[in-house]
Amino acid sequence: MSPVALLRTEWRKLVTTRLWWVLALVMLVYLGFTAVVLAASFALATAETAPDLAPADQTLLVLGSLGTAGYVFPLLVGTLLVTSEARHGTFTATFLAEPRRWRVLVAKLAVAVPVGLVLGVAGTLGVSLGLPVLAVLGDGAAVGDPAVVRALVLGVVVTTLWCVLGVALGSVVTNQVAAVVGVLVFTQFVEPVARIALGTVDGAARVASFLPGAAADAVTGASLLGAMTAGSGGPDLLPGWAGALVLLAYGVVLVTVGARTTFRRDVL
Amino acid sequence: MTPAPPPDAPVLEAVGLTKDFGAVRAVDDLSFAVAPGRVTGFLGPNGAGKTTTLRMLLGLVRPSAGRGLVGGRPYGEHPAPARLVGVCLDAGALHPGRTALGHLRVAAAPLGLPETRVREVLALVGLEAVARRRVGGFSLGMKQRLGLAVALLADPAVLVLDEPANGLDPEGIVWLRSLLRSLAGQGRTVLVSSHVLREVEHTVDDVVVVASGRLVVAEPLVDLARRAEPATLVLAPDAAGLAALARSHGWTTAPDPATGGVVLAGAEAAGVGAAAHAAGLELHRLEPRGSDLESVFLRLTQPGPDPGESPDPGQSAAEGVAR
Ligand SMILES: Nc1ncnc2c1ncn2[C@@H]1O[C@H](COP(=O)(O)OP(=O)(O)O)[C@@H](O)[C@H]1O
Ligand SMILES: [Mg+2]
Repeated sequence: MSPVALLRTEWRKLVTTRLWWVLALVMLVYLGFTAVVLAASFALATAETAPDLAPADQTLLVLGSLGTAGYVFPLLVGTLLVTSEARHGTFTATFLAEPRRWRVLVAKLAVAVPVGLVLGVAGTLGVSLGLPVLAVLGDGAAVGDPAVVRALVLGVVVTTLWCVLGVALGSVVTNQVAAVVGVLVFTQFVEPVARIALGTVDGAARVASFLPGAAADAVTGASLLGAMTAGSGGPDLLPGWAGALVLLAYGVVLVTVGARTTFRRDVL
Repeated sequence: MTPAPPPDAPVLEAVGLTKDFGAVRAVDDLSFAVAPGRVTGFLGPNGAGKTTTLRMLLGLVRPSAGRGLVGGRPYGEHPAPARLVGVCLDAGALHPGRTALGHLRVAAAPLGLPETRVREVLALVGLEAVARRRVGGFSLGMKQRLGLAVALLADPAVLVLDEPANGLDPEGIVWLRSLLRSLAGQGRTVLVSSHVLREVEHTVDDVVVVASGRLVVAEPLVDLARRAEPATLVLAPDAAGLAALARSHGWTTAPDPATGGVVLAGAEAAGVGAAAHAAGLELHRLEPRGSDLESVFLRLTQPGPDPGESPDPGQSAAEGVAR
């Protein structure tokens, strides 16, 4: 099959189901809610209840919740690109159409890019709902600030990376329920706790910066956890480029394992 | 179907195919060829290894030994195998959230086929009315029709269908029969599996019978029919006289609880009638009970005298009767 036909096939598989746009919609609403709450907490905070942040930093954190709170959605959608085939037995049809199975895996990784971009845009719309709150109730939204613009663009980029990483993860954990539960538990509980815990241990903060969520924060340069624990000498982040490399490394390891397991074994 | 007979439809070939699942040998040194221009029935009880064999032929399962060939080459080594071979292995392997139309569009994408062709096959299998319904709510018969539509999309020279009659209503089975016959008539290679011979006996030209992963026979259906033994049901008030008659002619007897009579195996009705007349034996009933194809099939696939055989032939026999 030609690369174009492969990509078109993978794209059609996704758009002929509802799940991806349902998740995009949930992502928009969830991030909108998060951003509004966060913006309101800045706007209504008094000197005693919160550290005083400059308007640009407040805006950065509100918009940065795309990367910090929203990455579970692209990760899930990416995972589903693979696990739904395993779950519904459609690998049979997929591999009949393209017996060179590695090409299917590459096509899924590639199609995760436009899908991630769409999710990134949906997420950006969501977090933007926090801006009017900052502008009206708070110290103003620093929309024109170069750092804020940069964080917004990088938020979309990192959302796309998460979607690609989701495909890589799905190629290893093909059980849909296990993958979804695993993603939720890891992103919502294990990693945040690990980052805070490691941040309090001398010398371990460096380790925490290599966790996937921390690496992604390094890419966007906006970290909610980082800001919350900044006062207590919390986890420091890698340079942006290094964060991207760490994410890439996770992807390469997962894809290597997936190509040798899921994409090699008998399709029964 | 656009009547575009493939000039030389390829032969499907199993060459010493063997598959072990751990300690279980699912397919054991299986060799056979499926000729173009004919419908070949791939028959055997449940668990005989049919599905595993088909998957090996199509490069989905790696054989422990042997090779599966399409036109002399492994499936995966053809430049566009899905255009050459139309397949439906598991009608249930569908994303339940996709519509019938969506499913066909996904299947058409790798083949580079236009929307018009999608509509054509939908009409061909009679699913136009439910084209926009999600397949999660489809009956097995509707899923079989959709699976068939997918298999036929590319107008392939070879068709491989695993238990396509499962879940089809009698009308659907008749329709499938005429479709497969016309496809083979156009010169295509058609392989259909079934665990019930009766389902396909009016469809197939050739049979490949397997049991416990091994080849039992591969021959034209007419040859298989010749293996059938005649049998006759008789009802005679003089049981002792009938037993003596059977003994003297070398017919084996078996009681037939349904009628209260006796089935004489190896006997034609005319022969029994003549012998009874000559012996002055009174008969109340005399019916040919030709040991039909189904019982030939059961006899062939039943575990042989050598131990450690077939998983559960009794179960498949029961299902055969139930259908
Ligand atoms: N994934 C598997 N793991 C272990 N054994 C299997 C597997 N798939 C099939 N088998 C065994 O292989 C044999 C053949 O199965 P199958 O090819 O499905 O038979 P059929 O299609 O003729 O009913 C059966 O004994 C079955 O239990
Ligand atoms: Mg089977």
